[in-house]
Amino acid sequence: MGIVLKGGKILDRKGERSLDVSIGSDGKILETGKKLNGDVEVDCSGCIITSGLVDLHVHLREPGDEEAETIETGARSGAMGGFTALVAMPNTEPTTDCLAVVEQVKTLGKKSSCEVIPSAAMTVGREGKEMVQMGELVDNGIGIFTDDGKGLQDPQLMRRLMEYSTGLESRLGRPIVLAQHCEVHELAEGGHMHEGEWSSFLGIPGQPAEAEELMVMRDIALSKMTGARIHFQHLSTLGSVQMVREAKAAGLPVTAEATTHHFTLTDSACSCYDPVFKVHPPLRTESDVKAVKEGLADGTIDAIATDHAPHSQHSKEMPFDQAPPGMLGLETALSLSLEHSGLDLPGVLNLLSWQPAKIAGIDNRHGMTVEKDNPANLCVVDLDETWTVSGKEMLSRSSNTPYEGWNLRGRVRHTINNGLLVVSDGESTK
Amino acid sequence: MSLDIETPLIPNKHLLGIEGTTRDQIELILELTDRFAEIGKRPIPKVPALRGRTVASVFFEDSTRTRLSFESAARRLSADILTFSAGSSSLSKGESLRDTVEVITSYGADVLIVRHKMAGTPKRVSEWTDASVINAGDGCHEHPTQALLDCYTLKQQRGSLDGMSIGIVGDIRHSRVARSNVLAFSSLGAKVTLIAPKTLLPPSIERWPVDVSNVLDDVISDLDACYLLRMQSERHSKGLVPSLREYTKDFGLNEQRCKMLPKDALILHPGPKNQGVEITAEVSIDPRSIILDQVTNGVSVRMAVLFMLLGQHETYQKDEL
Repeated sequence: MGIVLKGGKILDRKGERSLDVSIGSDGKILETGKKLNGDVEVDCSGCIITSGLVDLHVHLREPGDEEAETIETGARSGAMGGFTALVAMPNTEPTTDCLAVVEQVKTLGKKSSCEVIPSAAMTVGREGKEMVQMGELVDNGIGIFTDDGKGLQDPQLMRRLMEYSTGLESRLGRPIVLAQHCEVHELAEGGHMHEGEWSSFLGIPGQPAEAEELMVMRDIALSKMTGARIHFQHLSTLGSVQMVREAKAAGLPVTAEATTHHFTLTDSACSCYDPVFKVHPPLRTESDVKAVKEGLADGTIDAIATDHAPHSQHSKEMPFDQAPPGMLGLETALSLSLEHSGLDLPGVLNLLSWQPAKIAGIDNRHGMTVEKDNPANLCVVDLDETWTVSGKEMLSRSSNTPYEGWNLRGRVRHTINNGLLVVSDGESTK
Repeated sequence: MSLDIETPLIPNKHLLGIEGTTRDQIELILELTDRFAEIGKRPIPKVPALRGRTVASVFFEDSTRTRLSFESAARRLSADILTFSAGSSSLSKGESLRDTVEVITSYGADVLIVRHKMAGTPKRVSEWTDASVINAGDGCHEHPTQALLDCYTLKQQRGSLDGMSIGIVGDIRHSRVARSNVLAFSSLGAKVTLIAPKTLLPPSIERWPVDVSNVLDDVISDLDACYLLRMQSERHSKGLVPSLREYTKDFGLNEQRCKMLPKDALILHPGPKNQGVEITAEVSIDPRSIILDQVTNGVSVRMAVLFMLLGQHETYQKDEL
């Protein structure tokens, strides 16, 4: 007998039911039922029990920038936010573009509080010049390729990657995902925030919405041309959402994510000149935020991701142009989504767990129903608990949250990763 | 001279921009500048108003004029001066901006005069120091003391800016002088027209209190003052204008074009001039040019600003002025 989650209410794709959940030593759900007993009884009264969250977009910084985050601290932060699976971005140092680095990330991930899914760069060194050894990586289970942080500029190379990757799908046994950070370099270059009224007023050079939209447009065209699957990372503009909506209506194999900050913050936040609000793509306008929320609501956007991007304190205590872009997200994503996404509770879980698990190809163990024999990757959420965001108190090694001082509702009480209680009563156990 | 030192002239501790400064406050500074201008004409142009106070000029970006102007102002007020100069690149050697600011503050500076190539840096600096901060130019954002001295110079000539039509010509997109002056001129009742090719205008300025023209010749005859901005040669290499030659042809103030400017109009330039590009040598010395007055008034305005931020000090005796 192992852990029993007692007194909570299961909420999954099949609906709600007030049942206890017993978890076996093999990491799977042993049974669900009334009044179950176990060696470790975990109080879930007043909480919902659901599948652990899945983040398609996380920067864990290891190897290379362990001062900002490590796989261990990032995964701990993730678990605290209710995540059980994190897709690690490849902009590490060295770049995660070959088997050696992939294996390092996997190995460190195995010891951590979440399942860490490495993604690999699309091009060597994320330089946009040569394809990575895609076949070899696919044969070792890598299914997500991205040059995140940089959009792949060369349309011919993007086309070739799309063509080449579709030919590898039978080897992977599931679709390969090419995930694009859409940003046309020449239009965005030198811009540190969204180009618009605020950037003009503040004197901060901006990057226009069109820098993102032109690449969304191009990749939709290339997807149509090649039949390849493309995943749009962190959609942030009204135009991008609209194009993805139309592409889906036309039956193209495109998916998209939006980050919590792109539906909770606008470019006006940069008026304090604190680079904690600097992020790529940049915070946009009210109408973009509205469009992103509409995209979440109508299925245009498949997943809420965090783009969790830890940065050391000193690197953000710099002039706006010199500070690196990016903000923390793992520990605030669920609460922000519950309160600000406009989605109902099942909608939030759909976009934070069920659908991203499918996109990442891990829906055989994450984002599943809470039922017998399914792997126990679960989170237990108290929907009524209120809390105040504090960067210093976060489990991430960094503290660059743009939500400092925000009062949020809904908090993770317990997280179970592969049958282990990694967060218990709001405290990390690892 | 007598000053009511019990009344705070500026409620703010810092001067970070014209944004957030009211018309009344601007007018008070200009009024005070008059009194400091008088000191500059004395045989010994020095008063003990800031004796014992330390002014740090913290220039992360090169500047000759603004620094000299501030340092002259501080010397005339008998302040001690600390000079920090570094290219912004020194920060990337590992010291964060905050470290740098804390170190300078710990030398006992009462005010930091900050110039930086990036917008917003003086504001950030003000969050990390107990000293007052004066923005001496931050990237493409603001240069408030330049705007104040421009207002003072115009007022000196015309008595008031109310109803004046002022054209600002040139690279407005990258100009902190333009941003501060748009706010200051319109706050004092002037009508401002921004005159530049579209590539040198900031995007999304529909709600700014300005008119916009892309053709100088269309509007020049309506101007009471023509404010020329420095045109930097690298704007051409970045593809913002086809060539400096074409820019000069369409937007440069030469003798020919100067004839279209009303006879009693004024010509201003914040310096340093790019002679032969936005202005010719002949026009610089046209009787309508008040460019040298701007330089002279710069010191007086900066004395006024320093005095306002630091002068209300227990050791200061108002009869010492």
